[in-house]
Amino acid sequence: MSEFNLETATFKLNPRYQFQWEEAQQCHVLLYPEGLIKLSGSAAEILQRCVAPTTTLKLIDELNNQFPGAEGLANDVREFLTDAQNQLWIVPAGE
Amino acid sequence: MDKTNSHIPMWLLAELTFACPVQCSYCSNPLELSASRKNELSTEEWISVMRQARKLGAVQLGFSGGEPLVRNDLEELVVEAKSLGFYINLITSSIGLTAEKITTLKEAGLGHIQISFQGSNRESNKLLGGTDSFDHKVAMTKEVIKQDLALGLNFVLHRQNLHQVEEFLNMAQSVGAEFVELANCQYYGWGLHNREHLLPSQDQLIEAERVTNEFREKYKGDMDVFFVAPDYYDDRPKKCSNGWGTTFMTVNPDGEVLPCQAAKVIPGLEFPNVRDHELKEIWENSDLFNRFRGTHWMKEPCKSCPEKEIDLGGCRCQALMLTGDATNADPVCSLSPHHDEVLKITEKAQRPFREDETRQLIFRNPGNSKKIQKEKSELASATDLPNSSTQLN
Repeated sequence: MSEFNLETATFKLNPRYQFQWEEAQQCHVLLYPEGLIKLSGSAAEILQRCVAPTTTLKLIDELNNQFPGAEGLANDVREFLTDAQNQLWIVPAGE
Repeated sequence: MDKTNSHIPMWLLAELTFACPVQCSYCSNPLELSASRKNELSTEEWISVMRQARKLGAVQLGFSGGEPLVRNDLEELVVEAKSLGFYINLITSSIGLTAEKITTLKEAGLGHIQISFQGSNRESNKLLGGTDSFDHKVAMTKEVIKQDLALGLNFVLHRQNLHQVEEFLNMAQSVGAEFVELANCQYYGWGLHNREHLLPSQDQLIEAERVTNEFREKYKGDMDVFFVAPDYYDDRPKKCSNGWGTTFMTVNPDGEVLPCQAAKVIPGLEFPNVRDHELKEIWENSDLFNRFRGTHWMKEPCKSCPEKEIDLGGCRCQALMLTGDATNADPVCSLSPHHDEVLKITEKAQRPFREDETRQLIFRNPGNSKKIQKEKSELASATDLPNSSTQLN
């Protein structure tokens, strides 16, 4: 189900997760049945760009524009997305 | 020192009603069930509670009861909760649920449904839940999966159904459930009243865990199975609701705010009501929420225990029920001077289960509630007599 190619596929945030800013905790969170994941600033930057369907290249492009000169950005994004894919935070879009 | 500010009530459990079509003998609701629903919070009052809880930082909301589907305004409450930013869980017997209702609730913003089962087949589910609802539960389970809403099945375990774990897991697997909780019941309210006929033997537990592990191995990746062991068999207690006044807030149908669902049993506590106070005031400043928050209230052996921050002394209700004093260590702890009480109780449970024991269960319903209260008051007036006569002398 989570088997998709991160380099070629269009993907999006898993609709089973609720992604939002939490004022009381001063961070973004992912909510799921009876639980919560607190997100780091960079994780939130990536995931908020997955609310609508996107691709890895598009994401890296957008983030490069937003944070020009950030070193190793493409690698970091790929690493996070691989993790997010394994956790089922992101799923293939368009089915 | 242990005060408030760092604690966010992340979980709001909204017990919408005590009314329930199921009659589970292990229910944690109080034995005193009011026959009438007229004191229940109104839709507007619940909306205000949710708004205030969200402001305090609550993110997880559980609609529970009783049976929350009994409330006609459930959909309206879900819509409102969703717009406030809650993640919404519905904790239900599934009685009252239909395919259309699932669609409506999902569109309203419901995130997750938990359906509870009392037995692993039609006959046993009817016998233990007092309702002929097994086929409906299975049908609704399939429907929730079909409509792609997050689903958890909850099989509440005790000595009368622990041998059914395998049958239950096979059923869950065959309908495509992804998450199953096998939760040994806790001994509060009706569960405490029926404890003698609910507490399993060690042999039953070992066998059920073995079957569960085998199943996990076989269906790895397809289904997550959680096994919650009964408190009385541990030698260290569990924290009360992740720590009294740290994470959980329960609002009962009449508007009383509780640190855990069972706290009503503790005498001498006043339960502030959302009809009289702001939720923020209750959470931060009420005597109730501060009474057992942190470690300031502890006596020995907890006070000087190196593990006191790990379990925070365990469950206050259990301490009260088994030792007579809510400020004692939870007697489940082997370091408690009252640990013998727990051993005495579990020792009695080592007999094998016999089918005819089911007849001994007192089912949770208004009739039995009335009967128990009557017996209690008769007992109280009987024991009052010698006292009043001594006073006269």
